Amino acid sequence: MREFDLVVVGGGPAGMAAAIAAKEQGTDSILILERDDRLGGILNQCIHNGFGLHTFKEELTGPEYAERYSDRVKELGIPYELGTMVLDISKDKEITLVSRKRGAETVKAKAVILAMGCRERPRGALGIPGFRPQGVYTAGTAQKLVNCEGVVPGREVVILGSGDIGLIMARRMTLEGAKVRAVVELMPYSSGLKRNIVQCLDDYGIPLMLSHTVVDIKGKEKLEGVYVAAVDEKNVPVPGTEEYFPCDTLLLSCGLIPENELSKTAGVKLSPVTGGPCVDESLETSIEGVFACGNVLHVHDLVDFVSEESVRAGINAAGYIKGRPSSPGTPVEVSPGFGVRYTVPSKLYCESVEDGVHIRFRVTGVFKGASITVTSGGRELFRRRGRIFVPSEMLDIVLKKELLAGVTEGIEVRIEEAAL
Amino acid sequence: MTRELTCIGCPMGCALTVEVENGEAVSVAGNTCKIGENYARSEISAPVRAVTTTVLTAEGIPVPVKTAGSIPKEKIFEVVKDIKAAKVTLPVRLGDIIVSDAAGTGVAAVATRTVE
Repeated sequence: MREFDLVVVGGGPAGMAAAIAAKEQGTDSILILERDDRLGGILNQCIHNGFGLHTFKEELTGPEYAERYSDRVKELGIPYELGTMVLDISKDKEITLVSRKRGAETVKAKAVILAMGCRERPRGALGIPGFRPQGVYTAGTAQKLVNCEGVVPGREVVILGSGDIGLIMARRMTLEGAKVRAVVELMPYSSGLKRNIVQCLDDYGIPLMLSHTVVDIKGKEKLEGVYVAAVDEKNVPVPGTEEYFPCDTLLLSCGLIPENELSKTAGVKLSPVTGGPCVDESLETSIEGVFACGNVLHVHDLVDFVSEESVRAGINAAGYIKGRPSSPGTPVEVSPGFGVRYTVPSKLYCESVEDGVHIRFRVTGVFKGASITVTSGGRELFRRRGRIFVPSEMLDIVLKKELLAGVTEGIEVRIEEAAL
Repeated sequence: MTRELTCIGCPMGCALTVEVENGEAVSVAGNTCKIGENYARSEISAPVRAVTTTVLTAEGIPVPVKTAGSIPKEKIFEVVKDIKAAKVTLPVRLGDIIVSDAAGTGVAAVATRTVE
């Protein structure tokens, strides 16, 4: 059985950044496993720009951002195996994988970094009535077809969900000559970035229909059109508001789900809110020596934040391999209070925090002029006011080590609304 | 006249309030950096965008391409057409020039991935 100090599952932005960081900390025995035929993960199909402003202080496209990391992986001589699918990870960190080149194999690792990313919510999870005609795709599938296979899946398009991939694909399909009739969003606000509404919809005169949803799909073999209706404040369609849009393509951009089948079979404890592993400040999961970072942990909106987080996972995994005791002392719980959906990490070993600890979270609604407050046992540790907090933008605060001195009770992160 | 804009310079998407006189921005508020101010000024007088698309090589492989800088917004479709019409054969290196002057804008279009 081949043995490695560190096995990284996934060769996307998270896996590459984590492996590079571990290597730079002196871990030499590393293996990156990637199921696709090249490194880079989802960035390979994200040909639009907007990546790298934090990491490189310049605006790059997805493939350019990926190539900077894959070049570094090659420069450092970090081994990676492509076309390799991980089938199982055991509690003892034995990893079963399969590839055309090596067949089925089990390898052993001292530490594992989970970096499998996320996937799109499929039609089956959305409960749209109607037949199952050809022409319904997730936005990411259409993105892969257009950008990586050179195939445009349709000419007349409706997009359900206003996630960033949906907005980006509205522009992309338009530039490829398709007519995008509308982007339909169930919520009263978009789940995508504001800049994407401007440069992907407004620039091309594509209407964004908020508080609307697709209530029926017409067509048996091939998609012929969709019925769109307004919804009330309980997201229930309002009878009589149905409008018919003829189209041959329906793209779904209705949320991303961390891909944790492997984590589950390994016995890693998952958060019911994020769908990702519960981790402590070192990004270690409930299994010692198994770390998680990137979209498999919680869905990010910026790859720059994925890279930064993954560097920390790589450094901590390298520390674990060198024999640093994992997480000493007693942890305190970090929990979401009013207005906060979840926090990563969800527990904190205050003793282990070096300079400071990042707490990342999303809010439950739109808050204007509100403050983020962090308290423990009635004591306020942190407060920051913001102009506007929206669910589509992940928030990141850093609690400095000195703030955590003497903290023994649970930490709560919440939103305090502005006094009217 | 006052115009409300959303800056597209970075994912923060600052809400900008712009005072406009004679088709020019005279003051910009709401931005948190210089990019916002520059964006507002150009968006009022002559809007520009960076364009990304793909070109199919002679071998049938799509290669991602971007304009090396911003081009006038009304030229987006012409620029895409020019890029699509380019004759490209593999291998392509990241940064290779695909079109030297896209749709007469004076801006080049370059490959954004190495394809062997």
